[in-house]
Amino acid sequence: MDKAIKRYFPLFALPTLVAFTIGFIVPFAMGIYLSFCKFTTVTDAKFVGLSNYAKAFTDGTFGHSLWYTALFTIVSVLLINVLAFAIAMLLTKGIRGTNMFRTVFFMPNLIGGIVLGYIWQLILNGILANFGRTLVYSATYGFWGLVILMCWQQIGYMMIIYIAGIQNIPGELIEAAKIDGATAPQVLTNVTLPMVMPSITVCTFLTLTNGFKLFDQNLALTNGAPSDMSQMMALNIYDTFYTRQGFEGVGQAKAVVFFIIVAVIAVGQNVLTRSKEVQQ
Amino acid sequence: MKKKSVATLLLLSMAASLFAGCGNGGNDSAADANKTDSASNAAPSTEAADTGDDAAAPAASGDGAVYYLNFKPEQDQQWQDLAKAYTDETGVPVTVVTAASGTYESTLKSEMAKTEAPTLFQVNGPVGLASWKDYCLDLKDTDLYSHVKSDDFVLKDGDAVQGIAYVIETYGLIYNKTVLDAYCKMDGAKVDSIDKINNFATLKEVADDIQSRLAEVSEAAGPDYNLAGAFSSAGMDSSSDWRFKTHLANLPIYYEYKDKGIGETDAIEGTYLDQYKQIFDLYINDATCEPAMIATKTGDDSTAEFALGEAVFYQNGTWAYQNIIDAGLLTDDDLGMMPIYIGAPGEENQGLCTGSENYWCINKNASEADIKATEDFLNWVVTSDTGRDSIANQMGFVTPFDTFDDGYTPANVLVDASNASIDAGQTQVSWNFSTIPSEGWKDGVGAALTEYAQGTGEWDAVKTAFIDGWKTEYEATHN
Repeated sequence: MDKAIKRYFPLFALPTLVAFTIGFIVPFAMGIYLSFCKFTTVTDAKFVGLSNYAKAFTDGTFGHSLWYTALFTIVSVLLINVLAFAIAMLLTKGIRGTNMFRTVFFMPNLIGGIVLGYIWQLILNGILANFGRTLVYSATYGFWGLVILMCWQQIGYMMIIYIAGIQNIPGELIEAAKIDGATAPQVLTNVTLPMVMPSITVCTFLTLTNGFKLFDQNLALTNGAPSDMSQMMALNIYDTFYTRQGFEGVGQAKAVVFFIIVAVIAVGQNVLTRSKEVQQ
Repeated sequence: MKKKSVATLLLLSMAASLFAGCGNGGNDSAADANKTDSASNAAPSTEAADTGDDAAAPAASGDGAVYYLNFKPEQDQQWQDLAKAYTDETGVPVTVVTAASGTYESTLKSEMAKTEAPTLFQVNGPVGLASWKDYCLDLKDTDLYSHVKSDDFVLKDGDAVQGIAYVIETYGLIYNKTVLDAYCKMDGAKVDSIDKINNFATLKEVADDIQSRLAEVSEAAGPDYNLAGAFSSAGMDSSSDWRFKTHLANLPIYYEYKDKGIGETDAIEGTYLDQYKQIFDLYINDATCEPAMIATKTGDDSTAEFALGEAVFYQNGTWAYQNIIDAGLLTDDDLGMMPIYIGAPGEENQGLCTGSENYWCINKNASEADIKATEDFLNWVVTSDTGRDSIANQMGFVTPFDTFDDGYTPANVLVDASNASIDAGQTQVSWNFSTIPSEGWKDGVGAALTEYAQGTGEWDAVKTAFIDGWKTEYEATHN
């Protein structure tokens, strides 16, 4: 068995490895190199050292987008996970139409971010018009609009992961707890939650990175308006790249900084939640 | 474990070779830049050597091809047809790709990085040229350049002709002639003929008056009309905000340049910002919608309001003609265009805003054969009957080429209005917005205008974005 794996390793791993290299490693390395360059097209770059980073850090909008993104991520991670878990609990109780509900909740996930963004822009603007307001009236409106949109899109997906986790809990554990006289809240906090910890790790990781990387929905919903106040980091990078000639490298430098921030937070979160996982 | 370390090593070496590759690319471009310099210093011998150099590799491989990255989505179909006609006639393959609205720069950036890069592309003026001048062929010796009527329509870098405008456009305040005429005949009208509106004060009086009795004016104009405002919505959605952050902003810039006798500047003073404010106030207050709602109004909304008889005035240009007519209500007789009066001294003789932001550039990094094919294609476009018919009659472009003088002018009443304004001896306003330092400046002004309109910001923010923004954007892009 071991030998067979060794023999066929290249056959199975190589295509993926090549694809991964072309699609990820190469652009990533190029991206890092370009962040030290001044360029108009990516194949035609001139090394300029750290000046791009200097410009990136002195740009006020970058700082603003950083905390706006962080705030959005915190709110959306909490809301999405709590709601997804709650719905997962409901839909594992064996109520009628469970499968239909699961399908319905999952469906928004099948629609692309840009489309969702424009649909929700129409819906929210339609509602706000009754009050003589628009979504870009202030960054607060854009913020909550984005939170609603992301909840609608992601709760279904996370719910599926939680359902799988909950269904994996051995029935005898819960039964034993009940025989010992545990109340429903006690079962939840002492049995269910520790047992679905792996699902929580995955879901928090996904929602956390999705929150930070959010781009399509932000672009479609408000495009940063008013005055870049609802601009998240990915959009800020994109705008930097295209709105000023000679600033392509600065956008690239921001992208590298952005990568480091997201990587550190994601790894930290993983270590933290992993440590809470229990063995059966 | 061993396998893993081997794999890691492999990856690292790949990454390393990549770095090396990039490094070479960088050196190449530096060499290229030097070449441009020597070429633009115009020593004929150097240039000849240059061409020889470029021709060396691919020219032998056969005939060239043309790849045009088109800027104007409205004319995509016509360009495709024209390309096909040329291929049928000559056998030279012509590919036309049109970038989606508002994404030209990003599309161009990625296309130019490819091996099969566009041979023909566009820049929008001096500022656009700045990012692409290392890619622009000197068009001085082309047939195309020999047909340009005046050097006002080309972009130059030193002696080198780097871009040639192919469409001249005009914008102003498009108005509904039928409604305005009817208004002039009403009791208590502020003016008795449209000609009398030749300054901001009169324009404001008329607009305010119309706004105050919309139902009355609608009735006088006829059963098709149901006016909702004097001006169509000043939408600040990205499909429409360029009308204000760029085109309207051109007027204060124009007057300031004119006073100082300059053509560009590194720091604008905003001497005409008060006038900019009063025209924008007029647009948003005497309009079809509440000022707070303009943030989400699109270009289509605004066109529709005007074209369906809900508004009397609509700031836009000759290119909007087809969309207005297509809506089905208005005909040529209903349309007119007047200058945008902002309240500047002596504006009674101000004309419409005429200029171009569409310049053709040929990619000098393309193979010799492709460059030749592209030059031939462009020459064919402006000299052949098929080409001229397509440009003038189907695309509706007014061009700066002398080959179009014998009857190839588009049927467009807004173009007629622009010619009438020139014939009447009005001073045409030039397109100075092409000297705006960056898109970032426009975005800043646009955002400040939106916030001002919806009441969440002060006019001072517009001033800051206009004056300080100019300075910071200029510095950011010039060092």
